[in-house]
Amino acid sequence: MAEEILTVKNLKKYFITAQGTVRAVDGVSFSVKSGETFGLVGESGSGKSTVAYTVMGIYNPTSGEILFKGVNISQGINKRPKSLKKELQIVFQDPGSSLNPKRTIQQTLELPLKVHGSSGTEDCTSRVIELLRMVELPAEYMYRYPRELGGGEKQMVAIARALATSPSFILLDEPTSALDVSVQAKIMNMLMRFQKEFDLSYLFITHNLSLMRNVASRVAIMYLGKICEVTSASEFFHTPLHPYTRMLLSSIPVITKEEEALKPKKIASRGEIPSPVNVPPGCSFHSRCPERMEICSKEDPSIVEVEEGHTVRCHLYHG
Amino acid sequence: MSTPLLEIKDLHVYFKVYEGILKVLSGVDFRVEKKKKVGLIGETGCGKTTTMKAIMRILPALSARIPKGKILFEGKDILEMNSRDLQKVRRRNISIVFQDPTAALNPVFKVGEQLADVIKYSRKEGGTSLSEKEIKAEAVRLLKEVALPDPERIMENYPVQLSGGMRQRICIAMALASANDLLIADEPGTSLDVTIEDQILRLLKRLVEERDTSIVLISHALGAVRGLVDRVYVMYAGNMVEVSDTEDLFSDPLHPYARGLLRAVPKLTGGGIAEGIRGRIPDYLNPPEGCRFFPRCDYAMPICEKNQPPFFNHGNKHEVACFLYQR
Amino acid sequence: MRSLSSRRWKAIRKGWYKFSKSPLSIIGLAVVLLVMFLAVFANYVAPYPGHAEFFVDFARASEPPGWTNLCGTDEMGRDVLSRVFFGFRYSLMMAVVVLALVVPPGVVLGLVAGYFRGMWRSTVIMRITDIFISVPALILALSICSVLTPSVFNAMMAVSLMWWPWYCRLVYGVTSSLRNEFFVQAAEVTGAGTFHMLFREILPNCLATILTKMTLDVGWVILIGASLSFVGLGAQPPTPDLGTMVADGAKYLPDQWWISIFPAVAIVFVILGFNLLGDGVRDLFATEEI
Repeated sequence: MAEEILTVKNLKKYFITAQGTVRAVDGVSFSVKSGETFGLVGESGSGKSTVAYTVMGIYNPTSGEILFKGVNISQGINKRPKSLKKELQIVFQDPGSSLNPKRTIQQTLELPLKVHGSSGTEDCTSRVIELLRMVELPAEYMYRYPRELGGGEKQMVAIARALATSPSFILLDEPTSALDVSVQAKIMNMLMRFQKEFDLSYLFITHNLSLMRNVASRVAIMYLGKICEVTSASEFFHTPLHPYTRMLLSSIPVITKEEEALKPKKIASRGEIPSPVNVPPGCSFHSRCPERMEICSKEDPSIVEVEEGHTVRCHLYHG
Repeated sequence: MSTPLLEIKDLHVYFKVYEGILKVLSGVDFRVEKKKKVGLIGETGCGKTTTMKAIMRILPALSARIPKGKILFEGKDILEMNSRDLQKVRRRNISIVFQDPTAALNPVFKVGEQLADVIKYSRKEGGTSLSEKEIKAEAVRLLKEVALPDPERIMENYPVQLSGGMRQRICIAMALASANDLLIADEPGTSLDVTIEDQILRLLKRLVEERDTSIVLISHALGAVRGLVDRVYVMYAGNMVEVSDTEDLFSDPLHPYARGLLRAVPKLTGGGIAEGIRGRIPDYLNPPEGCRFFPRCDYAMPICEKNQPPFFNHGNKHEVACFLYQR
Repeated sequence: MRSLSSRRWKAIRKGWYKFSKSPLSIIGLAVVLLVMFLAVFANYVAPYPGHAEFFVDFARASEPPGWTNLCGTDEMGRDVLSRVFFGFRYSLMMAVVVLALVVPPGVVLGLVAGYFRGMWRSTVIMRITDIFISVPALILALSICSVLTPSVFNAMMAVSLMWWPWYCRLVYGVTSSLRNEFFVQAAEVTGAGTFHMLFREILPNCLATILTKMTLDVGWVILIGASLSFVGLGAQPPTPDLGTMVADGAKYLPDQWWISIFPAVAIVFVILGFNLLGDGVRDLFATEEI
């Protein structure tokens, strides 16, 4: 039984703004097992990116715990030990802005090596060439600037950068959302290969459900700062329980008839996503929920384990 | 056969840059019939936005060159039009909805003002002059058509006060006001969330069915296109490579690029991720002499290297630009 | 594998191409180079180098422009053209010294304030900056100069004191906007130290703005310096400062117009040159649009 490499317990992150308190993450708990890909799905305002940044230390948690390999790491990035920064890496969503436009690829890739390593200059250069080779980019690219690379290539450099410190955990925040389908396929294949080769654990965030289906072993879906449902990937797509999950699944565009058959019956998504400043009372989804009941606007449901490994936060499944 | 609404013939578009000449479009053929919905699928850098900008003649004047080709709108060549006729086409006949609604709206003017301007000039071209009240009423009507709640209040807002989905609907309303014949939607849902994108695409479908407007939907999201259009073009590196009725393409793609593309889309039914297409898009400074997909094609033949394939008919209005299908 | 030096050479050639697209930038560059040449080699190029210091020849005083003196002579018999060449020297010297004093601290403070935005360090820096900016520049310079003995050195100090906040504010603006970009956070997550973040990640992205401003500022500093000298608070006679020359010669307008007009034209000439060059520098950094 694989151990848990990352555990998040009742994590909360609130932002105080002029408009009010934004409850970006409001009590999120999940755990990632060593060597697995845990998927986090949600739309904008769901808080999935905030969870990612809080785990990485870019934000300080308002409350709750983050445990990495059993050790509490709930501090901001400035307070974390260097050894931790080596272990935990991130690949950002927008390849265009995750590489410094004024630094060459070589300089960008050398930074993690210099911070965490030992090596002198020749060692660094050969390690950079090796990293480029791993992501199937020619060594010549190390002299180039990000603007001379395509979107997919930039993202491959970002992945190489994440791998440079030989981490054990990589957080992938929508790594392919900005990319074309054929490039996405190439990068995802690469990531899966690296996972096996280097025994990596991934926290994979995306809104692309079709992609998630083929990549994650377990999936959690978030809405307005809270997790609605957590289960294995196949369960998630065959028997979704939460109304939001079903709404999301019914609206994805698919390209084959078999996929059409799999999708839940069309639930027209109504209304806008409420802003996280004005979270409706009771269950945060009730204003858009087609199966809304009386109790939903009053009480926030608690998490129930409907089957083994399948938890839902919805009044429909209480009692 | 009646005159198609829009017909692009052998369009070439080049860009002059410091390093040389980027030969982006090298012979694009494209056709939209009246009241039809056409999709254009292609990946980043294939030239789809360049083609659309060429139609509206909004390519960057300093660097863009059109050495060859015709763009016929109802039989008249847009590239040869004088500025008066062109203005009429832009104000009344064709319109584009761009990818990023935030960038498409002027941040310092209220939404109502921007919409009113579009309506006013479009009507002027049609010969009618509306009073302010009439323009406002028309604006409200259009906003209702794009399913925006409380239109009067929205008109008083600035774009920054509205959400992405609402801004895109406003852009669509503006396009409807000035596109009686053809609406071009360039990746309308890309910068929005999946459920909101779904709403926008369904809105477009409904609007187009209710009116007689033709629509061109450009997207790199294949599923989105499949749900909306009757006919699909696939574009690669400045050429159209395949065209057919929608279901024909998705069930039986012919061109190796189209096949690779459809295979690379992750399926909801599972099955892992297919390999992508090897290689990268050609350098437009030095594009391949023959078929532009030749360097990446697993089915390449000697003829492909030196000759650019024309469209071959594969029956049932399904055409492919590939020597594999030469009779 | 194409080497680093051949790529650098290509980048320089492309940079020249972008810069030279506008003929005005070339003119600006030519003017600046000319002025610099004249300033450095004034001793060798000026027809009457001795006239730059204390020199009197009343026999040849106030002569209009002619073949012996291309710009005429002033009331002491000194050749105006030679004094203008030496005047360039003082103007450029002032610009170089002031910018050298002002840019490094201004940029560093701006980086720190922008990076640590929201913390007390940043607030303190920016409030001090605000205080300096809120005092009208020339008035501040005038007050300082009038308290101290008028001299070129003191004028430079006064101008420096009122100039640094603008660089701080400029760099603060760029840094704040870059602070939350992914590449900055990526470097932080990797574990880079503050020095690296400020000077290796953020500063290179500010350089374009800083260099453009510096080029344009040369003109401004020269103008302020000339203004101070004009009111007698900068260089003192017989130093051939352009501003002083304009002031001294003003008494003789409009009859002996050459004594004051040529130095004034020289001021315009050098400022215009740097402004045109500044435009060219800005074009150099502009990204190309297809």
